[in-house]
Amino acid sequence: MAILETQELTYVYSPGTPFEKTAVDHVNLKIEAGEMIGVMGHTGSGKSTLIQHFNGLLRPTSGKILLDGEDIWADKKKIRDVRFKVGLVFQYPEYQIFEETVYKDIAFGPKNMGLDDAEIKRRVLETAHDIGLKEELMERSPFELSGGQKRRVAIAGVMAMEPKILILDEPTAGLDPAGRDMILGHIQAYHKRTKNTVLIVSHSMEDIAGFADKILVMNKGSLFCYDDTERVFSRAEEIAEIGLDVPQITKVFIELKKQGLDFGKDVYTMEYAKKLLLRQLSAKEVK
Amino acid sequence: MLRDITIGQYFPGNSLIHRLDPRFKIVITLVYILMLFTGSSVICLSVGALYTIMAVLLSKIPVKMFVKSIRPLMPFLLLTAVLNVLFISGGEVYFKWHFIKITSDGVSMSVFMIIRIVLLIMGSSLLTYTTSPITLTDAIERLLSPLKKIKLPVHELAMMMSIALRFIPTLIEETDKIMSAQKARGAEIDTGSLVVRAKNMVAILVPLFISAFRRADELATAMECRCYSGGNGRTRLRQLKSAGRDYIAIAVTLIFYAAALAVGILTK
Repeated sequence: MAILETQELTYVYSPGTPFEKTAVDHVNLKIEAGEMIGVMGHTGSGKSTLIQHFNGLLRPTSGKILLDGEDIWADKKKIRDVRFKVGLVFQYPEYQIFEETVYKDIAFGPKNMGLDDAEIKRRVLETAHDIGLKEELMERSPFELSGGQKRRVAIAGVMAMEPKILILDEPTAGLDPAGRDMILGHIQAYHKRTKNTVLIVSHSMEDIAGFADKILVMNKGSLFCYDDTERVFSRAEEIAEIGLDVPQITKVFIELKKQGLDFGKDVYTMEYAKKLLLRQLSAKEVK
Repeated sequence: MLRDITIGQYFPGNSLIHRLDPRFKIVITLVYILMLFTGSSVICLSVGALYTIMAVLLSKIPVKMFVKSIRPLMPFLLLTAVLNVLFISGGEVYFKWHFIKITSDGVSMSVFMIIRIVLLIMGSSLLTYTTSPITLTDAIERLLSPLKKIKLPVHELAMMMSIALRFIPTLIEETDKIMSAQKARGAEIDTGSLVVRAKNMVAILVPLFISAFRRADELATAMECRCYSGGNGRTRLRQLKSAGRDYIAIAVTLIFYAAALAVGILTK
């Protein structure tokens, strides 16, 4: 059974005013447990609005969200439990940091869950380790840390709640390439260790192409496609048409195809491209 | 949600009221407020009410928006009404129980106060609904410019005001975001006991203050990069120009004011 499902999910901002806007338009999708999913879409495509429905921060104008087969809005009082099961890391999460020490800030979520101190400690230290924060940082003020470290503290704050589904909205926005690779690496490791479902929102395919099992593309509030990564990339040209960036290497191979060099496959990672090209070259040498 | 706050919100449009010169609109609003406060009876206020209805219809802004602007002030309105009913005595006694006494004067006074406050809110909402914040502060700067002679930093005050107004929606959005982020970490903000909620306010206020100061710092740098150095020698892209309709509007307002005064004297 799908862990998360949406049925005809629709959300309208400021209904009844000139600013009225349908941000999410009749979206139906099923997310299976344990998957790593990339969520893509243009600015204003409704992807951020969509994910805020998954943990009950926004209440749909119409339609349903099912978590483990149960409507999350069936009992309004239980919505807080949904937020512990579906962890959401916002864009630029470092702006939500407020505690005096790194430890306390990471512990904020677990504390709200009503866990005992020993369990909180275990979770804080474990997630800090997962995300690559050294133990000596725990008693420092989070405001003294570097931008990348702050970002990791904020992500750890959500991970420490050990949600079944972890959603990250543009976790690498505004970071340098080294910081980006580091955070993505830690998220991948977390996914491998916990086997929890992870959704990463990004507008760049480059970021997620390498490791996402599935890709969900939003366009103008509607679900454009939701499929295995390879199948989504086989529609690279369509995706480029709705204004999304496909990986550079995919662009190179689309161009090669136009020039008459068809590999018959869609390429979206460097390693795969390297393999294909080397094979092609060695085949030529044999001739 | 916080997004639903409508006081001070601009409602774009192209009605007659929207097109009036903002300086005149401010003066007209002041005259209007004067009209409400000098009116001493419900009949006087009905002239004001008539004027308000006319202006609201001319502005082509849905009446729903005005209802929305009054709603958050409902508790305040009710409190005013209850206090007036309880503490003003005189005239016929309707009800008496120990020290509580409800009299005809008390009831009519509280009705009068409610109408006055509702009209006041509607009139001032009309000003902000039909005038963008930037033009509004421009107009204030122009209206206050004679005070420059007594060394009042009018330009700086107006600039501060327009920056403040400009950042209200930004800060509301920011608060909304921080609230969502903390809610996602299980903070009880609209639920839970008062103590828990108060504690969780810290989780919102600290990040909000930090980002407000960061923004102020960035804005100051950005303004200096564009060579901002105060009001001296600064020119404007959009000059305020008054037209015939502005004088007509102010004349109509004054006629209504006179009518309200006359009605007040005649019915005394």
